[in-house]
Amino acid sequence: MSVDPGRTIVLWCPDWPVLAAGREHGLDPVAPMALIEAGLVFACSAAARRDGVARGLKLREAQYRSPDLIVLDYDVALDARMFEPVVRAVEATVPGVQLVRPGTLAMRARGPARYYGGEDAAAEALLATVAELGVDGARVGVADGPFAAEQAARAAGASPFLIVPPGASARFIAPLPVGLVVDARTNILLSRLGVRTLGELAALPDADVRRRFGAAGAFAHERAAGREHSRVVARTPPPEFEVEQHFEPPLDRVDQLAFAFRMRAEEFIDRMRAVRLVCTALRIELDDERGGHSSRSWLHPRWFTPADVVDRVRWQLQGAGTADDGLASPIVRLRVVPERVDSTGNHEEGLWGGGPDERVHHGLTRVQSMLGHEAVVTAAIGGGRMLADRQVLVPWGDRAPERPNDAPWPGSLPALAPASVFRERLPITLLDASGTSVAIDARGTISSPPERFAVGGGRATPVRAWAGPWPVVERWWDAEHAKRVHRFQVVDDDGCAWLLVRDADGWWAEARYD
Amino acid sequence: MTAPLAASAAPPARVEELQARIRGMQATRLDSKAVPTHPALRSVLPGGTLREGTVVQVEGSMTLLMALLSGPSASGHWVAVAGFPEFGVEAAARFGIDLERLVLVPDPGRQWLTVVAALADVIPVVAVRPAGRVSPAESSRLQARLRQRGATLLVAGDWPGSDARLGVEASEWHGLEQGHGRLAEREVVVSAARRGEFVRSARSRLRLPGRALEFAPVGQGAAELAEPVSLDDTRRRAAG
Repeated sequence: MSVDPGRTIVLWCPDWPVLAAGREHGLDPVAPMALIEAGLVFACSAAARRDGVARGLKLREAQYRSPDLIVLDYDVALDARMFEPVVRAVEATVPGVQLVRPGTLAMRARGPARYYGGEDAAAEALLATVAELGVDGARVGVADGPFAAEQAARAAGASPFLIVPPGASARFIAPLPVGLVVDARTNILLSRLGVRTLGELAALPDADVRRRFGAAGAFAHERAAGREHSRVVARTPPPEFEVEQHFEPPLDRVDQLAFAFRMRAEEFIDRMRAVRLVCTALRIELDDERGGHSSRSWLHPRWFTPADVVDRVRWQLQGAGTADDGLASPIVRLRVVPERVDSTGNHEEGLWGGGPDERVHHGLTRVQSMLGHEAVVTAAIGGGRMLADRQVLVPWGDRAPERPNDAPWPGSLPALAPASVFRERLPITLLDASGTSVAIDARGTISSPPERFAVGGGRATPVRAWAGPWPVVERWWDAEHAKRVHRFQVVDDDGCAWLLVRDADGWWAEARYD
Repeated sequence: MTAPLAASAAPPARVEELQARIRGMQATRLDSKAVPTHPALRSVLPGGTLREGTVVQVEGSMTLLMALLSGPSASGHWVAVAGFPEFGVEAAARFGIDLERLVLVPDPGRQWLTVVAALADVIPVVAVRPAGRVSPAESSRLQARLRQRGATLLVAGDWPGSDARLGVEASEWHGLEQGHGRLAEREVVVSAARRGEFVRSARSRLRLPGRALEFAPVGQGAAELAEPVSLDDTRRRAAG
């Protein structure tokens, strides 16, 4: 009944997350570096490990041990994305590869061993393949079953590969700690029971382990005994949708580039449509002649059509400029990668066409292609004390950032909100009866009541009513972002009400109730 | 050249009737449908409601503009606001505009007229602040498009041939005193003029906004200033 897992090769790239992050951010791989997940070190480079940094350490402790430590956030997607070329190259050398996790690949040994003339020759061929991609220090382990083979790869140490002879896997893994096959809680329990190595676990009677630890325990027991049921399940290489175009000579005009890319964009969408997929998010990467690189993800509220893709390329290129603007540096390479695809079935139009919202979307997309992506926005109310912080404008099609707005925000305005909120605060003057500017002292009292009020350099008009100051103190603990302002409400002679703020630079109109 | 002088001497009732008849014949929108409008503005708007395919000028108050937008938005229509970089989103939300169905184009720039046309194709109520002068030819082209699409345009600025003109003539805030209190409610006098009327305009007093952030007419004395003429009356007069 037990399935023979067969001889398995595992290719392991040590510290892959660190390598991937270092490549993405252009960092020196020999520098001490650590990736952080949930405040704990997830992975670290060899240099950091020499300083005493280890997985599971708190960030502060790691920085204490290695003061030069470069700290980055761990990004699972980046990890997988960077590993993809490695998987492809290995697939070209050895077919039927299983991606265990980014950095670790498993494959069956029989085919490659016969083709290359021996397991050691196959291992060397694999190592040569990944070395070509610049992945140094990869290790190969060969054993009976993926688990044992991975342990062999990790145990290889200084030599590039380690081959455990057939039938010797159980003996090979016996001295390894039991934590490799069970979860943390069971690990503690087992060590209290005096079972510390895989060999000791394997020595327990099968039925007893099952009775005491259930199915998970039985599974771990079989692994520990070198009887693995799991076999290598080769992945099906995903169809390639990304398109890439090189420009020779490089193009430096947005409209030229958009025109040149139009055909490719259609091909990009058609290829997906052929397998009944639609793209709902994509990433555009641009390389320019001077070696600059720009990469940005674009979302679509529905799905991308070829014209939409070309639009996104244009927007990314022109930024705030117009279509006729020249670029800072000519573009040599353009690559479009789908980030999220979905089955067309989920996006099928109704029998009588989509709802009115679809029309709205088309119309707004037209306006966006006229003015640029950022020009058409939807609004949401975010958190904050200053009015400009509270309005969150999201370009049409992008997802609204999740900002809590249910917090009380002491110091924010009461229910009546001003109808006009100035993007740039207007400079104003607020004068008292003697014609001097109203001042506020450190205790928040005004020098004299305001009498006259003028916007910009305009004529001063009498103040009909006023109230204030209402202090707003933000981030006093942070010298750079600290803000301390006083707010006033003022009604001018025309019966128009203003919200004024006084900060270190003077008097401003923040908003108008008009 | 003496004819206008002679006409002005005619009894006012007769002039009004003639004007009504002219309006009835010129009207391009007798059959146009009403757009859901905030009840407080019924006494203000000529005809009592916003209508599809019309252009309404709104002057001097963002809150008045929001009041006009809140009716359609509350009844499930999309609304668009172009050329108002200072549009207060929070106030809009509190005055009853659904942010889910609000689209802003803060800086349409030189192409604002094209942008308005593109917006009006898909969005039933569009508010715009013109970035420049509009020629009568351009405006009538856009108005033809509005009528075809059944969209309503609210303009904060000049517009040749607008169907109605609303403006805030006076505004008075309550709740704020000398050094204490806070802004609580405001009473405004809104003047409304119909197409072709430059002198006579109806005035109504509105709470814009009231203490509970609502819009409402002030008392019943508003009607004394000028009885707003509903569209049916206009028709009856035109027929009679």
